[in-house]
Amino acid sequence: MKQLPKHRLFWPAVALVLLLVSNVFFSSSFFSIRLQDGHLYGSLIDILRGSTPLVLVALGMTMVIATAGIDLSVGSVIAIVGAFACLQVSDLSDQNSVGGVLIAVALAVVLGLVLGLWNGVLVAVVGIQPIIATLILLVGGRGVAQLITDGQIINVRSDPYRTIGAGYALTIPVAVIIAAAVVALAVVFTRRTALGLLIESVGSSPTASRLAGIQARRLTVIVYVFSGFCAGVAGLIYSSNISSADGNNAGNLIELDAILAVVIGGTALTGGRFSIAGSVLGAVLIQTLNITIYTAGVPGRVTLLFKAVVVVALCLAQSPAFRAKVFRQKAAVTA
Amino acid sequence: MTSVTTPPAVERPRVARARRYGVSSRFVPVLATLVLFCVMYGIGIANYNGFSDTQILLNIFIDNAHLLTVAVGMTFVILSGGIDLSVGAVLALGTVLAASLLQAGWPAVPVIVVVLASGALIGLAQGAIIHFFEIQPFIATLAGLFTARGLAQLISTKAIPITNDFWTTDATERIHFAGFRLSPSAVLALVIALIAGLALAYTRFGRNVYAIGGNRQSAALMGLPVARTRVLVYTLSGLCAALGGVLYSFETPTGNSLTGQGMELDAIAAVVIGGTLLTGGSGFLAGTVLGVLVLGLIQTMITFQGTLSSWWTRIFIAGLLFLFIVLQRVATRRER
Repeated sequence: MKQLPKHRLFWPAVALVLLLVSNVFFSSSFFSIRLQDGHLYGSLIDILRGSTPLVLVALGMTMVIATAGIDLSVGSVIAIVGAFACLQVSDLSDQNSVGGVLIAVALAVVLGLVLGLWNGVLVAVVGIQPIIATLILLVGGRGVAQLITDGQIINVRSDPYRTIGAGYALTIPVAVIIAAAVVALAVVFTRRTALGLLIESVGSSPTASRLAGIQARRLTVIVYVFSGFCAGVAGLIYSSNISSADGNNAGNLIELDAILAVVIGGTALTGGRFSIAGSVLGAVLIQTLNITIYTAGVPGRVTLLFKAVVVVALCLAQSPAFRAKVFRQKAAVTA
Repeated sequence: MTSVTTPPAVERPRVARARRYGVSSRFVPVLATLVLFCVMYGIGIANYNGFSDTQILLNIFIDNAHLLTVAVGMTFVILSGGIDLSVGAVLALGTVLAASLLQAGWPAVPVIVVVLASGALIGLAQGAIIHFFEIQPFIATLAGLFTARGLAQLISTKAIPITNDFWTTDATERIHFAGFRLSPSAVLALVIALIAGLALAYTRFGRNVYAIGGNRQSAALMGLPVARTRVLVYTLSGLCAALGGVLYSFETPTGNSLTGQGMELDAIAAVVIGGTLLTGGSGFLAGTVLGVLVLGLIQTMITFQGTLSSWWTRIFIAGLLFLFIVLQRVATRRER
């Protein structure tokens, strides 16, 4: 039992439970989940479904950060891919044709991969610092998204497309299934093969791993492509959920939330080690925080302060230096 | 505990090419920026009427006095191996605080003192959390971003107009010399940049910043005051950001909690374009001034073009940024 508080996911988990429990005070039916028309309904399900874009983006970000990089462009990728998919769907002669929507979705996912490849090449081949390389797409990406939608908000009326973000399969929201599948895929690839180890090695020291015969450059490109893929899928879910493409606001500032989720989950920004479970927990935690702020009726102007307090408290609780300085002094006094 | 990583050896191989031209390798990135800036300026002159007027360059300083001030603080932080994401929010807080205090009838000087003190205090708190509790700078200053913008929104979610005489006269006042004009804000920003540059190059504090950015453990083992320097660097950055807020509220006489969004990225971009390594320990303040000039020149060229829609403007900025960074990378490319 004594080992439990030292586990790196202990404090985020405690914070998540505390936030969830605190919601009961504001909404008594918070924990109730009911089955209606073969669909699961309830606040917890809403939180899970609402957190899927952030979970996906944070997953991609985890891999990038594991190589000591950072991807600031994820919000713009969400906007571009969402805009592209909605444009394709709206161009269909029959927006409800499953085949047409599938092709549009496939093309949009490829677009996400290409955008990730662009970042990866800039970082790994051209050798630009990641924060600046991805800043280029952050700045230009929103312009590209608006160019695709011609500055308008594209609305689509397509049931198959709407299924991605708002539909249900086997009583569970489709978005949750998609996110779970991508996370499971990532876990299998990084923990059941040597890929995860190689990524951590590149993050620890690119030079040493190159000397050890690891294709550091190729791995770096792969993680950015994966991040682009994750952000692309997140963009599909986001735009499908609201059935429209908003080049200006889709995914705005999500890069900061994603980085926060990764760090809360115990992955250091210096690279070298990563925790997928931690990032998923961190993303769900941030979404729960947002929902809690909403259900608690916190006025909009205080939201950011509230978030700052939670972030600082959580990071301090996780910091070994903080625990050592604050708690050991007490111990020294009593001794 | 994650393994401590040493930054990849980007510096070392550059020496070979630099020696050939008789330039110390430390100056190559700044010189590359300077040359590219001149090329870009030349392209502007060739393409647009009236671009060759020197006043165009001075206007960049007039328009970006606040950004230059913020970027000066950011330079210290980045040289010490950290990063400060809170500057845009601290700038916004500065404008809102100034506007609301002036609205309450405070005289100008105490308002400025309070604004600067608030920025320095936020920076101090961030620095202390980063150093003593070993929180990553990215996250600590992200929390600082939330805090500063949250405080700004708490004070007012609406834009507050400023009617104070001191503010409005500064906005329109121009200092004339040899047929050119500069605003008092721009002069102040340039003086601050000069002082900061001299402090970095010639004072013990400046050398400590470089040493800590180069290798914090060695700096600590050498007996350098790591704690004091690191906390001071973030305090300086907060102070500069708050001053940027004051200058910004001079330019656009309003306090608005939404201003300065993304300005932290502009400041980081200016520092990095100026040839400073994000891993710390290498770079110059002159590079940061050049970086601000480059960003301003991109804006100016877009203004001269005049026909771009808002989204083409963004794509154009990104394209020029991309071109510039790739060319700079090629110019400073290590030999294999």
